[in-house]
Amino acid sequence: MTLKSWKELPIGCVVSEPGSASEYHTGSWRAQRPIWNNDKCIKCGICYVFCPEGCVQQSEDGFFKANMDYCKGCGICAHECWPRAITIVEEG
Amino acid sequence: MGKRLGMEVAVAVAEAVGLCNIDMAAVYPITPQSHIAEHLSDLVADGKIDAEFVTVESEHSAMSAVIGASGTGARSYTATSSQGLMLMHELLPIASAMRLPITMAIANRAVSGPLNILNDHSDIMPQRDAGWIAVFAENGQEAIDLSIQAFKIAEHKDVMLPVCVNIDGFQLTHMVEPLEMPTQEEVNQFLPPFVPHATLHPAKPVTMGAFAMSDYFTEIMKAKDEAVKNSKKVILDVWNEWGKLFGRSYKPVETYKADDADILMLTMGSMGETAQMAVDELRDRGVKAGLVKLRLWRPFPFAEIKAAVKNAKKLIVTDRAVSFGGPGGPVFSEIKSALFADTQRPLIYNYIIGLGGRDVAVNEFAGMFEKVLADTGNVAADTYEFWGVRE
Repeated sequence: MTLKSWKELPIGCVVSEPGSASEYHTGSWRAQRPIWNNDKCIKCGICYVFCPEGCVQQSEDGFFKANMDYCKGCGICAHECWPRAITIVEEG
Repeated sequence: MGKRLGMEVAVAVAEAVGLCNIDMAAVYPITPQSHIAEHLSDLVADGKIDAEFVTVESEHSAMSAVIGASGTGARSYTATSSQGLMLMHELLPIASAMRLPITMAIANRAVSGPLNILNDHSDIMPQRDAGWIAVFAENGQEAIDLSIQAFKIAEHKDVMLPVCVNIDGFQLTHMVEPLEMPTQEEVNQFLPPFVPHATLHPAKPVTMGAFAMSDYFTEIMKAKDEAVKNSKKVILDVWNEWGKLFGRSYKPVETYKADDADILMLTMGSMGETAQMAVDELRDRGVKAGLVKLRLWRPFPFAEIKAAVKNAKKLIVTDRAVSFGGPGGPVFSEIKSALFADTQRPLIYNYIIGLGGRDVAVNEFAGMFEKVLADTGNVAADTYEFWGVRE
């Protein structure tokens, strides 16, 4: 993505395209990532409910995973997962 | 030709704003307030102007409400003072960053503590870097003229910035003065309808005030700085047009007997008229004294200030606020920095005057001139002093 110069910014930085926030991949902020252990997962969906980014998705098999384009690695899913099926690991 | 009348200045400002076809006003009644808010509420309640009058629970909410309303394309107005302005502070840079042409009257009053609320400039000075255009009225006529002009300047397509009109609390707002109130037809002719740069509307959704990270924040600040600087051209055009239509001309810097003056004083706001009388007294005594009045505070009129003071030997800058532990009063530090690189410039003195509503009489302004003239060794140049403070 080419960054705009100050002269190219719209007045007041108004965003005129609805939904364009999805073009911004907040996953680039991530320092840690969640790993699901499906042996422990009971498919309750609490990770899906609590994810502040809305990036946890349910697969066809009923288990959950995060869209890593948007997952910031905040760890809330792991904190809320009461069967302890999610662990947070360092990136890289 | 407008009607000549005697009216309390705050009420006259509300009347003038009432001529400007505002769509909404949001104000909080006492933090403290002036009669601008009270009389605007009367005008709306009496059906004299077709506007929404939003009563809010704080000045923070008042500024938030005008930001929201302006975002929908409504011509939006508010008025405040002292602590109320301090409570608005958080929102002021947001309004300017979103380029919303809000206009606001500030009845300048002291900021606590101690609780005081009488006239000085300690409320506006902390808002200096908020990205608002700031003008200062010297008398009641200027207060109403600047209030009407503010809408046209703010809403110009090359400006789109909020404007605050500073009107000395009590010294101006609560005085009954002879004024010439423009007619509705004259204001209609002067002020075109507001055409916003974008509006919040379900039919065409936009986002205003979106998040920006470090990869864009610098560019956004640069764009805002350029917008404030570039507004000067429009301000000058609007003031020229006003002069032609109403016969009262406005300039960023006004001068009085300054052309051949050896010693100049600089004032901002209502004290200019008192200082002017002191200049007359000194002239009668053969002292070549003159006055410079700074009307446009942001964007700062560098060229006009330099031109106004370049031939004087000494310049006394008066300040009505304190920058504690700083280089002097806020006006003084700006004037000094504006003239710093010039080889031909006066020695600059600074008196902090009229704090918390303290009167500064004609003989005291004359006394400031005399004290600086007596400083033949120039030892007090580049320093500041609290005028009249009890030791």
